[in-house]
Amino acid sequence: MSIIYLIILAIAVGIFTFAIHKSNTSLAAWLALAVSTVGVGITALLCRIVVRGNDGDVLDQRFDWLPDLGASFATHVNGMSAALCLLASICFVLIILSTINKNIEKPNSFYGLLLLSFAGLIGVFIAWDAMLFYIFWELALIPVYFLCSMWGGENRIKVSFKFFIYTFVGSLLMLIGLIYMYNKTPNHSFSYAAFAQLKDVLTAAEQQGLFWMLFIAFAIKMPIFPLHTWQPATYSQSITPVTMVLSAIMVKMGLFAVVRWLNPILPEAGHTFSTVIMALCVIGIVYASLLAMVQSNIKKLVAYSSIAHIGLMCAALFSFNDIGIIGAGVQMFSHGINIIGMWILVYFIETKFKTKDMNQMGGMAALNPTFAIFLVVITLANVALPLTNGFIGEFMMFNGIFNAKYLNGNTYNVLFTVLAGLGIILGAVYSLGMVQKVAFGDVKDNSLTKENTKFTNFEFVALCIVTILVIIFGFYPQPIIDLVKI
Amino acid sequence: MNIIIASALLGVVLMLSGVFLNHAKGKRTLAIFASIILMVVAVVDVMQNTNNTILHFNGLMATNSFTAKLNAVIAFCSMLYIFLFSNEISKVGLNDAEYFALIFFALTGVFILTSYQNMFMLFLGIEILSIPQYILAGSDKRNVKSNEASLKYFLMGAFSTGFLLMGITLIYGATGTFDVSKMALMGSGEPSTIALLGILFLIVALGFKASAAPFHVWTPDVYDGSPTAFTPFMASIAKVAIFAAFIHLFHASFAGLAGRWHIIIIAIIVLTLLIGNVTAVYQQSVKRMLAYSSIAQAGFLLFAVYSLNEISQKGILLYGASYMLATMSIFAVLIKMKDYTFDGFNGLAKKQPVIAFAAAIALFSLAGIPLTGGFFGKYYMLNGAMQNGMPIWVLIFAVLMAAISVYYYFKVIQAMYFKTSIQDATEPDAVIDVPFKVMLIINTALLILLGIYPTIVTIF
Repeated sequence: MSIIYLIILAIAVGIFTFAIHKSNTSLAAWLALAVSTVGVGITALLCRIVVRGNDGDVLDQRFDWLPDLGASFATHVNGMSAALCLLASICFVLIILSTINKNIEKPNSFYGLLLLSFAGLIGVFIAWDAMLFYIFWELALIPVYFLCSMWGGENRIKVSFKFFIYTFVGSLLMLIGLIYMYNKTPNHSFSYAAFAQLKDVLTAAEQQGLFWMLFIAFAIKMPIFPLHTWQPATYSQSITPVTMVLSAIMVKMGLFAVVRWLNPILPEAGHTFSTVIMALCVIGIVYASLLAMVQSNIKKLVAYSSIAHIGLMCAALFSFNDIGIIGAGVQMFSHGINIIGMWILVYFIETKFKTKDMNQMGGMAALNPTFAIFLVVITLANVALPLTNGFIGEFMMFNGIFNAKYLNGNTYNVLFTVLAGLGIILGAVYSLGMVQKVAFGDVKDNSLTKENTKFTNFEFVALCIVTILVIIFGFYPQPIIDLVKI
Repeated sequence: MNIIIASALLGVVLMLSGVFLNHAKGKRTLAIFASIILMVVAVVDVMQNTNNTILHFNGLMATNSFTAKLNAVIAFCSMLYIFLFSNEISKVGLNDAEYFALIFFALTGVFILTSYQNMFMLFLGIEILSIPQYILAGSDKRNVKSNEASLKYFLMGAFSTGFLLMGITLIYGATGTFDVSKMALMGSGEPSTIALLGILFLIVALGFKASAAPFHVWTPDVYDGSPTAFTPFMASIAKVAIFAAFIHLFHASFAGLAGRWHIIIIAIIVLTLLIGNVTAVYQQSVKRMLAYSSIAQAGFLLFAVYSLNEISQKGILLYGASYMLATMSIFAVLIKMKDYTFDGFNGLAKKQPVIAFAAAIALFSLAGIPLTGGFFGKYYMLNGAMQNGMPIWVLIFAVLMAAISVYYYFKVIQAMYFKTSIQDATEPDAVIDVPFKVMLIINTALLILLGIYPTIVTIF
């Protein structure tokens, strides 16, 4: 039982769903749900194996693939990759639950592309060979490009094309960096072990150049200010289930790549540039939070809040101390769950109110009180209220940033922590402002009644799962911390 | 050697078939059989060949396992070409038997170019390859663009052959031999001006043929003006043959003087990639866009000329194979379209999903997306150049240009998959039957196979 079976299963079922006849509209959704649930099972078992520390066969696998290129099909699962694979599976379950009975057009292609992107994302999280990592990195992008372009707003083709080319340029720079590093390895191999020895071989100038070539690719994916311009438009033009894939899991690709492929392999360059990068992240946090405050489009508001959250995680990763990195790992998991909950609610809101403009919304709490409960709980989780799962990660990350090593000035750590904290406060402002505009106040749209603003059963289940996870991991986050540490 | 004789004989047979067979279908079937026979001969050659280099005809030609493998790949792609395009070739004009014969005569030139050892054979191969193409380019006699294409191609070809002969003469003057392998031994010490000038002329001549910038100006008009049935042959098979000749010449003879001509090649690569990609962005017609994109692809193939190692040989096999397969696919789809503009492809995915998928994979391969052969082809090219000490900014420039190429390749994918149209995109009387779709599926499967397991082609 290895996670590679999950990838193969997802690809096989994904390709199969394309062949389902048009008249059968529900089979694709159920197949996708089945694969994702199997995925949750496999990845949960995997997490258990990682924590118990036995059975190296499952965690470390290697198949010969292209020996004369020095590339092999090597996978390695450590704590953070297991956590992210579990996150991906849970998120896909939630995404599919939220889309059932919502009348998505061309469902066969939709669920097929979802499954193919699932396979690509899992592959990114487990790859232990640089060529394999690059291939999965690109493969995760192609189905998402089709998902953004085939469904969505009027401007979606241009916007997702910009997203694709932006990300592709970054990946090509990463390719040159990887080829350069491959040529510097003593035995011309793409394996992680060979790359890990590079820090003794590369000169400081080489390390710094390679660092930027790789980091630009990851920074575009996360995104980090100033390479974030593709994100708000893409998030708001795509349909919300696709936005869920983008913001819950795809951004974690960039963060994970920094943890696995950038900082361990090019540590000195990381130390040199950590001030610059943390500065960019912190600027991004404040900038995105300020922009979120003035948004009236609810999707753009959540998109900007996502930039702020990711900026904090990236800054913590570059603090180079254990508690910051573990905090970022915990927060990757929690943020994924919380943001999915948020997007499910946004999906509900935009279908019921038939608009994305918050100024035209209001009074949903009177029509659907359960909605208000979910909204408040998930919003407070996003704001990192203590006893929600968002809190412990934020606390550890702030601790890490405050104790950051390798910063150039003496007071930068205080400055960064304060500014990041400012971002959290602004986060509370715009999040609670959004809650007020959407849920409370008078009902402006008179066509809404209690009957037509109910949840579907599947949405209800998905939101319950999210809320339960928020509360459980808010009270007892230790399992995640233990998992991510390994 | 057998394959050269085989292709020439098959060409004569097809030419005579025009006298004895009256039915177009008979001539097409004969052409398909001829291409299968050619493939069989190539496979036999591969199996017979060992790793040693065998000289033929007193040292005029040299075959080894690499040339045999390259011939097999080219023979396979020409077989695919005949399968996919035989209907369209018959439709071009009245002399369909002659068209098939000319294709086989051009293939003779191709097979001479892959295994030459003497400069005379290089000249012969280029001429035998080019002259049938001049005729084929102009075969749509009622179309002014076709006439223009043929005349332009002929004039430029003759001009560049003049440079080639001048270069050969100067090299002979410097080294005293026409033999490609013996020239290298003479290159010790300070090279004379004559030798350097000869190398420069050879670069110019081969650059013309390979449509490298600044010698590329004929390419868009010729590829665009020729009948669409013949453009894929010119754009893919002929180009790969010229590059095989280019690489063989420079690796075998001028490797020692690399310090002198490397800088010229870098300049040509940068110009070619820049001009090819940037002008392709502004094209309105898909056929013309593909013509400019073939200039950009030539830019990538030139990396193999720069890198003087075994990786470039593997690279030319892999890049050539995936480039030929992808060109065949995309032109096979293009020729069925009513309208060659980008909007002419609107809605193709809904009406003809198999064809649209084949075109999409072909475009992915040309753009260099992983899981298709084109990605590993580009990888080999970049890796080989980096190992040979190419400055890293050239490589970064190359990948940025590859990113630009994504823009115009994906415009077609966008039209096919994301836009809709009321009318059918394909010509009403286009023959899109099951055998055609099966050939396209085979093509697509091969491209994906090359993307997953490229060593199939590169082991020789």
